[in-house]
Amino acid sequence: MEKKIGVYICTGCGIGESLDIDKLSEIATGEYNVPLCKTHPFLCGKEGIQVIKDDIEKEGVNAVVIMGCSPRVNYDVFKFPNVVVERGNIREQVVWSHPANDEDTQMMAEDYTRMTIVKTEKCELPEPHKEDISKDILVIGGGISGITAALEAANAGYKVVLVEKEKELGGFAAKCFKQLPTKDPYQELEEPIIATKINEVKANDNVKIYTGATVEKIEGAPGLFDVTIKSNGSSSTEKIGAIVLATGWKPYDASKLEKLGYGSPNVITNVEMEELAAKGKIVRPSDGKEVKSIAFIQCAGQRDEEHLPYCSGVCCLVSLKQAKYLRAQDPDAKAFIFYKDMRTLGLYENFYKTCQDDEGIFLTKGEVVSVNADEGGATVVVEDTLIGEKIEVNVDLVVLATGMVPSTKDEAILNLEYRQGPGLPELELFYGYADSNFICFPYETRRTGIYAAGAVRQPLNIAACMEDATGAALKAIQCVEMTSRGEAVHPRAGDISFADFFMQRCTQCKRCTEECPFGAINEDEQANPLYNPTRCRRCAVCMGACPERIISFKNYSVDMIGSMIKAIEVPDEYEEKPRILVLACENDAYPAIDMAGINRMEYSAYVRVIPLRCLGSTNIIWIADALSKGIDGILLLGCKYGDDYQCHFIKGSELANYRMEKVQETLDRLVLESERVRLLEIAITDYDKIPGIINEFLEKIEELGPNPYKGF
Amino acid sequence: MAEEKKMPSGTNSVLVVGGGMSGLSAAVEAAEVGYEVFIVEKNPYLGGRVAQMNKYFPKLCPPYCGLEINFRRIKDNNRIRFFTCAEVENVSGQRGDYDVTIRLNPRYVNENCTSCGECVKVCPVERDNDFNFGMDKSKAIYLPHELSFPMRYAIDMDACLGEECGKCVAACKYDAIELGMTSSTFNLKVASIIWATGWEPYDASKIDNLGFGQYPNIMTNMMMERLASVNGPTQGKILRPSDQKEINSIAFVQCAGSRDENHLPYCSYICCMASLKQATYVREQYPDANIYIFYIDLRAPGRYEKFLKNVEADDKVTFIKGKVAKVTEDPETGNITVEAEDAVSGRKIQKTVEMVVLATGMVPSAANITLPEELKVDENGFIVDGLKDGGMFAVGCAKKPVDVVSCVEDSTGAALKAIQTMVRR
Repeated sequence: MEKKIGVYICTGCGIGESLDIDKLSEIATGEYNVPLCKTHPFLCGKEGIQVIKDDIEKEGVNAVVIMGCSPRVNYDVFKFPNVVVERGNIREQVVWSHPANDEDTQMMAEDYTRMTIVKTEKCELPEPHKEDISKDILVIGGGISGITAALEAANAGYKVVLVEKEKELGGFAAKCFKQLPTKDPYQELEEPIIATKINEVKANDNVKIYTGATVEKIEGAPGLFDVTIKSNGSSSTEKIGAIVLATGWKPYDASKLEKLGYGSPNVITNVEMEELAAKGKIVRPSDGKEVKSIAFIQCAGQRDEEHLPYCSGVCCLVSLKQAKYLRAQDPDAKAFIFYKDMRTLGLYENFYKTCQDDEGIFLTKGEVVSVNADEGGATVVVEDTLIGEKIEVNVDLVVLATGMVPSTKDEAILNLEYRQGPGLPELELFYGYADSNFICFPYETRRTGIYAAGAVRQPLNIAACMEDATGAALKAIQCVEMTSRGEAVHPRAGDISFADFFMQRCTQCKRCTEECPFGAINEDEQANPLYNPTRCRRCAVCMGACPERIISFKNYSVDMIGSMIKAIEVPDEYEEKPRILVLACENDAYPAIDMAGINRMEYSAYVRVIPLRCLGSTNIIWIADALSKGIDGILLLGCKYGDDYQCHFIKGSELANYRMEKVQETLDRLVLESERVRLLEIAITDYDKIPGIINEFLEKIEELGPNPYKGF
Repeated sequence: MAEEKKMPSGTNSVLVVGGGMSGLSAAVEAAEVGYEVFIVEKNPYLGGRVAQMNKYFPKLCPPYCGLEINFRRIKDNNRIRFFTCAEVENVSGQRGDYDVTIRLNPRYVNENCTSCGECVKVCPVERDNDFNFGMDKSKAIYLPHELSFPMRYAIDMDACLGEECGKCVAACKYDAIELGMTSSTFNLKVASIIWATGWEPYDASKIDNLGFGQYPNIMTNMMMERLASVNGPTQGKILRPSDQKEINSIAFVQCAGSRDENHLPYCSYICCMASLKQATYVREQYPDANIYIFYIDLRAPGRYEKFLKNVEADDKVTFIKGKVAKVTEDPETGNITVEAEDAVSGRKIQKTVEMVVLATGMVPSAANITLPEELKVDENGFIVDGLKDGGMFAVGCAKKPVDVVSCVEDSTGAALKAIQTMVRR
């Protein structure tokens, strides 16, 4: 498409008073031969917008450069259908953060004008990638979470395939005698809801159920998954759009809890207790005598570095529930509960209160010293941590409140045929749980279109599993709908651009297939990358990784950013005006720089900031381009990485840091000091640190002296 | 200029009441599936309670990071429209076909506002900054905070001198200020309504024995969040209110109102984790400060346990099991003596500290608004869920006290429940 660019310079918000606007216009019409360049005192106002609209309609302008405020504001008014729009930030990042009518401030605005025009020249309107896709949802696991996900998706009109490894649906929820209260006033135990749910799902025409079945393999990508299901010795294949992983939990191996008496007669786990109660009467396993007293030992393995370092979340409530079973069976029976902290959060406190009010339930904060059990019962010795005394109780039965282990702890379950492995990428810090590391985005997943739900994601009770599964079903539905429109899912939700690989120049180095944080790229036998657009999250980490620079997006490419860097005017060394390039993550670092401007914090006008989709999309060539042009220093500002990473593309900033080693090679080749390139982690709220970071870096660069490549 | 206010209609849409983390999540999740969504928010900005927080537990990451992404999802999605300074006035109809009256309260600043800030320079009056719980002042015309979305000023008419002053009107080059703006109403047709009205901190001055409002160096946990925030009253420096002095010791009083029949019978879910988190704020600024945490049970469920372990490993953090019975101030030093009674042993434990944070609980905001009859609330004001055949869904802390992660999960699920009301079966 032949571009006709219109440049519109807003002079409002102090811009007109601080800058020589005519000189900016001259750059557009003179240096870049832009056919149309206009200024307006209130460009985002109705009249200003009309000027642009008229030019689009009457003058055939199809690419618009707005020189004014940050792209973070007025996004809605500067939006014109089928027109490329690029924003040059001369408000927050120029006139609000630098002295007015100053030579350096002016040069900054001029460079941003050049950079934005060049960016616009290189930018094309993306068109969505569309394929015929399946919108069917696969749910793996037929417990309460899986059944809920299946039903909720089916009730929204989607076809569901439900795979359960056991012969019957229901999972652990079906083993429960009663369930915890789920509704106001949160005081009474309820009949388990699972039986009703099983019937509902069996009766739902939208749900196809495989029992005694496992997922043998999953090939493809969102909208295009081919799922092979093995059941009763035969295999069948389903076309699937998105997946909910709801394979639940398994009880912690109680045989490791010998210290607490497991293995002795009359010492059982909470799961076994549930089965015992469900049979009708709570009797002593050793002799069938009706149980008159039980000692419940909380945190049997949990909160213990030797067993499960985490808290299982539900065991306090489960023991209280089981104490109620006993009390309901026999009003004279006694339940002793030994705990570290009673964790009955939120409205469950009401239920806890009913147990505290029950004269047959004895609650003691303490550490278990010993459990001695035999055919005739058990003796539990506990040290009361409050009064520092030992208490001894003799009971008929000891119940160990053991914890939950995620089903993904030791097996992949999904069996993905992905270059990067068969399961959801594991994170040490989650103890095998398929959880997200984001507070704000709990369904974030590194395998696009695959969402974990229920106790495989975190230890949860039945009601919480149902809530969680409903959310996961929504995410699966959302994924197929967005995929059908050719849009990316979170966090670049709605982005229709996708990566284009210029395969003729591929050297099969595998960097892209290794580095993609989302496993979007497979490989053929010759190690050629096989890109899956519907798995792609558009972070462009692959673009940053590729040494041959063959990966690009229509509206984001190595050439585009490289050209912006080349558009920066670098004064020669005798002018003593250093130049610092800042490559900033557009999600956090760039808003932080904006915020410094909003607070009118001042920092050096020698910097030129370019926002990036993710710092991980940084291609080393940009560093080389900048340095060979004579730019004195480069600052890369990205999100925190490591265990508590804040990078929205999970590995982006970490990979950018990893590439810094390669940057060293570039610097060595150019015989430049390594201090000229620095990567810093910065959070969106670190705006107060921006002036310090920039000015300190500049001081360092000034100490090193000018880049000797200036003027070449 | 900011959000468009074209008055839409159509029953293929969802209304979300409340633009905090729960409401935003429900709205973007439903809109990204492909449905039209309206958000109604009473504040002049979106983001709700989390916008006032310094960091999230357990990652210690800034809430604005996720808010920025959610705001971008709104910006990029023309299926979402939002109304700030707005409230639901009336709801009629039933599942699949609600008629909702929305009241737009005057902001006194129209869409022309470019947030240039010239108005603030000329405004002659100050007001207590409610965003910082009154710990500092703002002008009568103000930007709620630097990351406000939409990025637009608002006027507090209780403080504003009105037309006779009119200095801001003269200073504004964009005709953005309308001191005569009045409230107006409009109607929306929607298929379902998600109530994400969130929570308010419990009024700590009601807890007689804990001295809030009486002694300046006793504050609430939400105030502590503002105090520790870089855009808070002290630019993030934790200084005690009476004399702006650096601190050597601090006490956190857990269950300040929660788990107490006289105040909030329930557990507010987040306060243990919030205090543990705030202990890390103190530690970051004061490597040697003594930190005392008075608690009944330490509730760090699931993998939050690791966070608790990390704080426990700090040998200058002392955990004391016991309910705080009273606090006293030394009028000369402003120091506070916290006295706890151990319910089991009857022992009394005393600590004198320079500052006290009350881990106050959550009160559902729904308790203070008129809800449609279709919705039922429990005795504490939480909206009771389980309207099988209805088209209204309560989410997050409107329904029960929970943490942010649970709010987002719940809201995502509610988006699906809302969508189901629009699907023909």
